[in-house]
Amino acid sequence: MPNIPENLRYSKDHEWVEVNGDIATIGITDYAQSSLGDVVYVDLPRAGDKFDAHEAFGSVESVKAVSEVFTPVGGQVTEVNEGLNDAPETVNTDPYGSAWFIKLKMDNPGEADGLLSAEEYEEYLSSME
Amino acid sequence: MSQNELKKTPLNAVHRALGGKMVDFGGWEMPVQYPAGVIEEHLATRTRAGLFDVSHMGEIWAEGPGALDFINFLTTNDVRKLVDGQAQYSVLCNDKGGAVDDLLVYRFDNERFLLVVNAATTDKDWSWISGHLAGNSGVKLRNASAEFCQIAIQGPRAVEILQSLADTKLSDIKYYHFETGKAAGVECIISRTGYTGEDGFELYASPEFAEQLWNSLTEAGKSFDILPCGLAARNTLRLESAMSLYGHELSDEISPLEANLGWIVKLDKGDFIGRPVLADQKLTGLKRRIAGFEMREPGIARDGFDVYAGEEKIGYVTSGSPAPFLKKNIGLALLQADFANPGTEIKIDVRGKRIGAEIVPIPFYKRKK
Repeated sequence: MPNIPENLRYSKDHEWVEVNGDIATIGITDYAQSSLGDVVYVDLPRAGDKFDAHEAFGSVESVKAVSEVFTPVGGQVTEVNEGLNDAPETVNTDPYGSAWFIKLKMDNPGEADGLLSAEEYEEYLSSME
Repeated sequence: MSQNELKKTPLNAVHRALGGKMVDFGGWEMPVQYPAGVIEEHLATRTRAGLFDVSHMGEIWAEGPGALDFINFLTTNDVRKLVDGQAQYSVLCNDKGGAVDDLLVYRFDNERFLLVVNAATTDKDWSWISGHLAGNSGVKLRNASAEFCQIAIQGPRAVEILQSLADTKLSDIKYYHFETGKAAGVECIISRTGYTGEDGFELYASPEFAEQLWNSLTEAGKSFDILPCGLAARNTLRLESAMSLYGHELSDEISPLEANLGWIVKLDKGDFIGRPVLADQKLTGLKRRIAGFEMREPGIARDGFDVYAGEEKIGYVTSGSPAPFLKKNIGLALLQADFANPGTEIKIDVRGKRIGAEIVPIPFYKRKK
């Protein structure tokens, strides 16, 4: 059973969002990293880049496949996790902690409320079977 | 094609029980990787041993007094050079010099040969080969693919592991030679061949013994930490060794000479299908060839990406992937011959961005003797 922390919000594209004021920290879920397999490369944007909700902001690659990553909320990137360049495998081992991808300042802080709760994401995963 | 229509090897239940992630490969349901993951499986094969289900491969018997000449006419390598118990890597060419498939030709005796072909092309190869019989009564062909299971054990400890189960002295079997013997009580063709760049064996047996063979090898390999390996690791292993994958480095449009397989194209053996075109390619020089490259900037080249020298498109990536043992991102590309030399700097279009790479000598990896 994939790990789904209670305090986060989720998208149907398997990204998670942690909200602190108007800053959203975004990464991919345990389910996503498990589906991908061994992550070998993460392609991230730069601080200052702007994205609309549901826009692709980067990609994550396993040995076999490439997957785009979408931001569930619109905003401007304030910080990028450079650590993933040296240690992409942390996406597999710590997807909700040290393997966050970007932090962005949300255009609309309330937008995160429209995302799935942990319970709703878990239901969504079950319905996918 | 629904999951129910996929062909299954005799080890299908075993793969599922091991937690294998099953995918469609050329119409077969095969494990792409197991829970350990492709990187661990790849490293296990390079440092210890890996176990592979390759039962999806095709096997065709060619027997009779005319079999030798028949196969020699259909393939690029010289079948006359084989002795009993020896195998050779070869290519079936079409009359444009392109490849129908690559294969292994096993000689049991001068009137008994086994052709081992790729899974995705077995039916195509059978049609091609039998279509060339044309009333040749000296050759009897049989598509025996359903009569075999095939398991490969590869890696520096592979021979040791298999020896504990085999009734024959494996050190007597030279590279690209084979014997019939018993492994784990099962009658097998024990072939010192493989697709990983490591030492090891491929075992051919009757399908009802597949589980027994697999389980015995797993048990015997336990103290060596053997791992079952899926198709993903099979691909990264052969790529590090710069071995061709049909459909990528070889195809109906890519000749064995372009794929750097000149060493198995014996133009002086006499006539064979494709010879005139291949002889001409050799004479006039190749216009394009397969070259190996390593990424020099962050990024991973994937199959089909375009390759540039300056602003000029000079070819495309035939196989691209991370290399788990070498810890680099590598690939093979079909390039205009002028740019195929080691040291040449190229750029690869990775989803819209041009990323730097360099042509390097192949193979990327060679095992220590």
